[in-house]
Amino acid sequence: MSTDFKRRHMTGRGIPLPGNDIDTDRIIPARFLKEVTFETMGEHVFEDARKQNPEHPFNSPAYRGASVLVVGQNFGCGSSREHAPQALMRWGIRAIVGGSFAEIFFGNCVMLGIPCLVASQEDLEWLQKAIAKSPQVPVTVDVEKQEVHFGDHAIKASIPDGPRNQLVGGTWDSTAVLLEAGAAIEATAGKLPYVAGF
Amino acid sequence: MARTLLDKVWDAHTVRTLPSGQTQLLIGLHLIHEVTTPQAFQMLKELKLKVRMPARTFGTLDHIIPTADQARPFADPQAEEMAQHMYRNMKEFGLPLFDMASGKQGIVHVIGPELGLSQPGMTIACGDSHTSTHGAVGAIAFGIGTTQVRDVLATQCLAMAKPKLRRVRVEGTLANGVYAKDVILAIINQLGVKGGVGYAYEYAGPVIERMTMEERLTICNMSIEGGARCGYVNPDATTIEYLRGRPYAPQGEAFDRAAAWWKSMATERGAEFDDIARLDGAAIEPVVTWGINPGMSIGVSQRIPSPDAQPEPERPTFREALAHMGFEAGQPIKGAKIDVAFVGSCTNGRLSDLRAAAEVAKKGKVAEGVRALIVPGSQQVAQAAEAEGLHEIFLAAGFQWRKAGCSMCLGMNDDKLQGREMSASSSNRNFIGRQGSPTGRTLLMSPAMVAAAAITGVVTDVREILR
Repeated sequence: MSTDFKRRHMTGRGIPLPGNDIDTDRIIPARFLKEVTFETMGEHVFEDARKQNPEHPFNSPAYRGASVLVVGQNFGCGSSREHAPQALMRWGIRAIVGGSFAEIFFGNCVMLGIPCLVASQEDLEWLQKAIAKSPQVPVTVDVEKQEVHFGDHAIKASIPDGPRNQLVGGTWDSTAVLLEAGAAIEATAGKLPYVAGF
Repeated sequence: MARTLLDKVWDAHTVRTLPSGQTQLLIGLHLIHEVTTPQAFQMLKELKLKVRMPARTFGTLDHIIPTADQARPFADPQAEEMAQHMYRNMKEFGLPLFDMASGKQGIVHVIGPELGLSQPGMTIACGDSHTSTHGAVGAIAFGIGTTQVRDVLATQCLAMAKPKLRRVRVEGTLANGVYAKDVILAIINQLGVKGGVGYAYEYAGPVIERMTMEERLTICNMSIEGGARCGYVNPDATTIEYLRGRPYAPQGEAFDRAAAWWKSMATERGAEFDDIARLDGAAIEPVVTWGINPGMSIGVSQRIPSPDAQPEPERPTFREALAHMGFEAGQPIKGAKIDVAFVGSCTNGRLSDLRAAAEVAKKGKVAEGVRALIVPGSQQVAQAAEAEGLHEIFLAAGFQWRKAGCSMCLGMNDDKLQGREMSASSSNRNFIGRQGSPTGRTLLMSPAMVAAAAITGVVTDVREILR
């Protein structure tokens, strides 16, 4: 696989988004899902939340062009819509650091090559404040070493082995990897009584 | 060593261990709908791939379809375009589509079990988070995103890590007027909306064992609201009798062989779990959510909690919830005024849900100023309800009787809240904006409680009406 797919580390400016349990309906409301492509998703990221709150970080000129999103607990809960990470990605997000992630959202991010790393509450609060104070300072998300760097400071941030290996090794675009199993797929199916018709 | 259903299903469907350490897991049933698949089919075309196992793939239309007038072309051009893509893709790839003309159309998680497609011991995937519903028949069922839908279409497999397993036991006996919806809301309240992250939930204990299949479907449906990757109930006599005679279930002697295999997949006595949680079923009263996630709930006789009584990290979400809902800490939930009542969704859109709502609807008329919708989960549910005359009860009481679809659960069609309307809803999510209005408000509750709110105009303890 091409080195273009490897997600060892990425550097960019940060954008803090405080709050827990931010669901995928909030990231992209369902009325914007009536599209047969993902192309327009970036335009509607957090649309309702941004309209209701002019101070929403995604409205702030200070964070325009940011690519590392720093969130709270249980980010991306609710609907499985891949439109949510697609919207974040198309807005410019390349990596997310948070307290915890809903599993379908996490899996969808892996499929798009977006690493989601988990850090402690204390470190997240520090990082969010540090970015808010100095939004021009680049943040480096090191997937391989499981660290996040801001200026001279580094915090620990973990990601489970499986997705880390996929992202670092460049095998997150999984169709090709799954196809490699070849006839073993049909062989596994053939042993299942319900596939054979009992 | 004694094995769990999760162990057995996982092992039987493992194709290989991937270089990443994850499992390449075969998916035995792939259910698809119009909203999360057009991009997947497009990717498949770009990769010049076919659908790997078309015989194990079934589609329907549910999310965007109108529930008032379903004549084509749909009034909403975007909905019409999505429907056209679905028809075109299903035809091009040779896949069956349960559309309106089939008589089998409905919410994907209602029709899977109803048609006997969803069976014990299977792995099931669908591009929808409520795929956990199918676990009720003893399957391991995952909600997935669109790129994963592409993977399942192309390879019939997913790259997955095996979740840990938590047994959730509900002990004792439920009181009258307390339903499966109240039980799952109580479970989510106790274990938290992220308590299930990393876990599959195995629901067990006397309350679950006595439940009908439709009640178990309601329980498993909201596993995802508790953060669990999936949820299931072990197959038993209830499961087998539910599946007998369904169109896609095995027939004749094959059914008996299937039933024997299904039973053999259940968790064995003495199996170990990563965690065990317990609830006292007798202590559960009708539950109502008051906030902006499904864990923010109380018994109908209780008062809305104060943010100050919560652990520090939870307080901002509690304050945001009170502000959005227009509630004050300490206020009773009973008596809260509603504008809209919605019975339907993959959580509570089955025949038994409509019966429970009709039982209450008989006792009164929809309160002035309340808009009340009954949306059956499938065409077959609608037909069965009409055969019993339930639609006449609803219509006589002033409810609207609609056609099958996801409807106001997520507001992708015309069925939406307006402005700050307050909805009593039998659906699964009370997230801000979920029911189609950015400022709309949702109170989740059982279908009987929704009907009680509809006829009184306020949140009401359904036990007082049923008494």
